[in-house]
Formats: sequence, C-alpha cells, structure tokens
Amino acid sequence: MAISTETVQKVQDLGEQTYKYGFVTDIESETAPKGLSEDIVRFISAKKDEPEWLLEWRLKAYRRWLEMPEPQWAKVTFPPIDYQDAYYYSAPKSTDGPKSLDEIDPELLRTYEKLGIPLKEQEMLAGVEVAVDAVFDSVSVATTFKGKLEKQGIIFCPISEAIQSHPDLVRKYLGSVVPPGDNKHSCLNSAVFTDGSFVYIPKGVRCPMELSTYFRINAANTGQFERTLLIADAGSYVSYLEGCTAPMRDENQLHAAVVELIALDDAEIKYSTVQNWYPGDKNGKGGIYNFVTKRGACRGRNSKISWTQVETGSAITWKYPSCILQGDNSVGEFYSVAITNNYQQADTGTKMIHLGKNTRSRIVSKGISAGHAQQTYRGLVRISAKAQGARNHTQCDSLLIGDRCGAHTVPYIESKNRSAIVEHEATTSKISEDQLFYCRQRGLSEEDAVALVVNGFCREVLQQLPMEFAVEAQKLVSISLEGSVG
Amino acid sequence: MNTVLEIKNLHARVDGKPILKGIDLTIPAGEVHAIMGPNGSGKSTLAYVLTGRDGYEVTEGEVLYKGRDLLALAPEERAGEGLFLAFQYPVEIPGVPNTTFLKEALNAQRKYRGEDPLDAMEFVKLMRRKTQELGVSDDLMKRQINVGFSGGEKKRNEVLQMAILEPILAVLDETDSGLDIDALKIVAEGVNALRAPDRSALIITHYQRLLEYIVPDRVHVLAHGRIARSGGKELAEELERTGYASFTEAAA
Repeated sequence: MAISTETVQKVQDLGEQTYKYGFVTDIESETAPKGLSEDIVRFISAKKDEPEWLLEWRLKAYRRWLEMPEPQWAKVTFPPIDYQDAYYYSAPKSTDGPKSLDEIDPELLRTYEKLGIPLKEQEMLAGVEVAVDAVFDSVSVATTFKGKLEKQGIIFCPISEAIQSHPDLVRKYLGSVVPPGDNKHSCLNSAVFTDGSFVYIPKGVRCPMELSTYFRINAANTGQFERTLLIADAGSYVSYLEGCTAPMRDENQLHAAVVELIALDDAEIKYSTVQNWYPGDKNGKGGIYNFVTKRGACRGRNSKISWTQVETGSAITWKYPSCILQGDNSVGEFYSVAITNNYQQADTGTKMIHLGKNTRSRIVSKGISAGHAQQTYRGLVRISAKAQGARNHTQCDSLLIGDRCGAHTVPYIESKNRSAIVEHEATTSKISEDQLFYCRQRGLSEEDAVALVVNGFCREVLQQLPMEFAVEAQKLVSISLEGSVG
Repeated sequence: MNTVLEIKNLHARVDGKPILKGIDLTIPAGEVHAIMGPNGSGKSTLAYVLTGRDGYEVTEGEVLYKGRDLLALAPEERAGEGLFLAFQYPVEIPGVPNTTFLKEALNAQRKYRGEDPLDAMEFVKLMRRKTQELGVSDDLMKRQINVGFSGGEKKRNEVLQMAILEPILAVLDETDSGLDIDALKIVAEGVNALRAPDRSALIITHYQRLLEYIVPDRVHVLAHGRIARSGGKELAEELERTGYASFTEAAA
C-alpha cells in the first residue's frame, strides 16, 4: 500500500531540515591565488616544503590531468566545473606547526567544539579513547593521542608530516593503489592534494583505539583534495573512521579525495565514513560535489578490508570504495547507507576485484531516496580467470519515500572462472502506510515512525559501525529525513 | 468519570463509500463490550475510525472518549490518551527489534502524558515481568517486529504490547481469527488481566468462541453499518445457534 498524499504533504510541511553544521568560522586564512596552473602546483608543494620527487609526481599528474576528458558515464548531472574558479590552497594562518593545543587558534578550537570533536586529550565515555586528526580546509590541525600510539610504533599523522618524517614509506605506497592516471578526479587530487591522514600499523600490532579524522571545508570556493594513505603491515588490525561537514554556501564546492588502503598478510582494515557534507538547499542550490576515489588492496594472504559508509550529505556523491582481492583467501566487504533527499544525486557503489584464490566479497547496500532525489547503486564484481573458488554475495535494497524520487541499480558481474559463485539480491520498496499507522497507533509521531522504519531498514549496515559512532549515525539518519521526507 | 467511550450517530465512509451509517454506542468504565456481525458490516471500519487511520472519513456524528472529542486528536495522541488497537493483521517492520519499538512507543506515550520516560534497565524489568505474567517467551521481544511470526505469535505479540502499554480502552479487531485454543487462552488471559474498574475493552469478533474466555458485559450486533441489536452475553450464544441470516436480510 503506497504512502498517502496527505502523509507526503504533512511531512513536506515540516520544513527543511536545518543543517546545523552550516556555520562559518571567522578566521584569517592564507590563500593561494585563484585558479589552477603549474604555478599553483609548485606553490602548494613549496608551502608544504616537499621533496623534489613529490613535486615531480604532482606535476606529472597535473600534465596528465590536462589531457584527460571529463568522465560522463555516471547517472548524475551537473553543469561543467570551472576549475579556474576556485582556490586550491587555503590554510588558517596560525597553523605553522602547533606544538601543543595551546598554540592553536582558539577560534578554530571553538569550531571543532561546536562540531563535537574531542580535540582535547581526555578520556571519552566508557573509557574508550579515540584519536582524532582534524583537517580544517587544507591543513591538519592536531592529532590527539599521538604520543600513546607512537609507543606501539603506530604512525598516525597528517600526510604532509609523514612526507617529512617517513618519506620512504610514503614513496613506497603512494599511488600504488590509485595511480594518478586512474581517473580525472584522482588525477587532480594527485596534483593538488594538500593534506590528509597517514597511518602505518606495524607487524602484529592491534591498534588499541579507533583512529578518526574529521574534515571540514570552511573557506569559500575552496576545493578539498585530501589524500589518505593507510598501511596495515602483516598481522595488524586497525579501525579508522572519517567524518565530514561543510558550511552552507550558494556555490558548489568540489571535494575530490583519494583514499588508498593496503593490507598485508593476515592484516585487517576497517574503514568507516560518516559523510554529512552540505547537501544544497531544498531547491538544489549549492552543496558539495563529493567525487572520491577510495580503494583498498588486499595484498596479503588472509587479509581483509571492510568499508562502511553512511552518506547523507553532498549535492552530488560519486564514489565506489573498492577492494582488490589479490592475496589468497582475502576478504572484501562493503556496507553502505546512502540517503538522498530534495535534489541530491548519488551514483555510488563498489567494485570487488577477485584475483587471488578462495577470495570472498560481501556487499550490502541500503539506498533511501526522498524528495526529488536520484540515487544509483553501481556495483562491479569481477572474477578473473585465475581466481579459483571466488565467492560474492550482494544485497542491494532501495527504499523510496514519496513519488518524485528515483532509485536505480546497475550491477555488473564479470566472471571468467567457472568455480565462482556470485549471488545478487535486490529489493525496492516504499514505506508502507500500514507500517506508519502501526507505529502511530502505538504512540509514535509520524516523524519518529519514519525514522524508526528507516533505521530498521539500515540496521544491518549501521551495526557495522564502531559502537561509538553507530548511535550518532542513527541520529543522523533521522535528522536527514526530518522535514526532508516528501 | 464513568463513561470511557460514547459514540453518537457516527457515519463514516471509505474511498467515498458509506460504511458506518449511524452508530450509537456507549461503553462505561470497567466493562467489556463485544461487537459481532457478518462480513462487510463495518466492524474493522469502526476500529479504524476510532484509532484515526487515514482514508477513513467521518461524515456525521461524534465520538467522546473520556468526555473529550476523540476525532480531533491525531492517532498518536489517541494512543497517549490510552487507546489501543490490537490489529487483525499486524504488520512487519524489518530491522526493528520489538523491545526497541515498545520502549520508544511507551516513552512517547509517557511524554505525551507528562510522565518521565523509563530508562533501558527499567524497561527491561517491566518487559520481563509482563512476558512472565503472560506466559510468553522472552525471545519474542528480541525478534524484529512481527517478522517471521506465525499468525498466533503475531496475536500474542499484540496482547503483550497491550500488557506493557496498559491502555484505558483496548479495541481488539478480530483477535481470535486464526488462533488455536491454546493461543486463544493466552490472549484471553492477557485481556482479562487488564480488567479494572477504570479500564474497558471493545472486542470485535466473528465467533462466539473467544467470548467464552473473555466474558462480555454487553454484546452488540453490527449489520449494514448500524447496531441492529444489543444484549447480554446470551446474545452471543444465540447468534452461535442462529447465525447472522436474520440480520443480513434486514434492509439497510
């Protein structure tokens, strides 16, 4: 039974969700001249005091980028991006290497406080410690618990710092999972990335705490091109979480990040993302373009990489966190909740590339579409000829709210090995009037009823998040639908 | 306050079609009333009009609940005021554990009434007590609402919810359909356990069987959208023998 027009109208009338992260921090920034050119690339590299090899790497990427055509194949539409109409470097002035939290601009600290990020080194609830690296525009602001982690040989620092302190490690792995020429946006990122997180977990070490990075784009017209590189050496384990917000602005801002994960023998990486970039107003004006390349290489035997994402923001989301299952017995997982509302668009999914023997992959995608939004799940499961005994299970569910939104599924299955077992299940549904009335008759308001049903729909994915963030993610799911369900 | 429910000349239609054509019914506090009738007489329609379901339009008449205009309240407000419907076909809500749902519902109602919410611990205690009293397994609460439940389990779940929410007026919409004797007894025990001088129940049923376990104070026959006859519990026994034929033949 479909939702009644009265319900749809009622919910619309609840008004647009107030994006509570839409504030701007009034702070002095140092900005490169507008536009993109070789000079800007050199400017960025010089600002970061980078070694020659890295500057060359950037320039090569930039020159390649100039020749690459814009990709047109995704089911998202947007006006052509004017790459010259943006700043590629903006850093809050006071951060020329803070030695302690006392040195950081208090205005900055207030921003992070407002966003609820624990920059101070205190015990968190239930004694769980979370190490946080905060990136404000282009610069990593502070990394908590660094000392504690160092004792175990764990490196968790901004990538700009890692380039100085551990150049060999960076050079060995940078671009090895996502080479600059992979696609237009990763190419741009390779040329102008300014910061991001670097993580290295030594052999046999189980990282004792959640590692977390928080990204915020503040300055107008600035793109965010962070680059994250995470290496889990043999037998190690790490759970990493990234969160993102941006202020409300009229113009669109580009976020073209690259994340590379490497898991060696018997290592496991759990990578979670809670994305709440400004999605544009209810008429579709403004909002972040979230064009991200994320890829994990399960290089070692018995290695495992698990991606969990809760995507509720951005005007346009275009990303496919993927796993390359090279090592024998390696495992790749992708759990996703994507919510699109008003005029948001998303073309998202994953790629599982089975190369080694007895590899397994699991995909659980929950898409919720409301308002006039369009959402596409695009998945690739590729089994190479030598990938003996490969297994894949894909569960792809869409939930439509109202009758003006769309949900699409584009699964690609390419199997070149007879022993492979690939299973794909898909469902499409609407929140039924019966379910809503059942909840209301028990005392829940319509809004709470929708949130309850949607959270139930997403449960399997939300359960994958580190416990501390699962509760926040549930709240975020409810908030994203507040007044935006229609 | 002696009257829990007072329905006066209620007319209602569904999809433009008139179903209730002038219902008059009074349920005093502490009484259990039964509504019986042939298919299509409007029994479920009455239940949905009382609980405020979309698509059920009242065209004439009024309903007073505890002396207040019931029809002016939203469904969740009616619930907060102590109105409960045990559904004929309880719906599934995947991914939502029974416990979570009930705790949220109970606390929503408590908030409406200006009472403090129960925390997780307190709620679990309440839940355990009720499941024990009802002789229902704890297991039912951990499962997702009605997902994979048999017909009997769904009805038992409705009664369990009722036991936890403790309504002032419980409306049971053909709760006995599809139940075996044992399940029927559990349902009856649940309803009887709630009987109190300030609580009432309206039992909508086809068959007399349930009424042997939940003995009603009054029985009404609903036919062609009106209450054709009212009586004591003997009326139910009479209907069992004679059927509804005399009522369906009567002109609307």
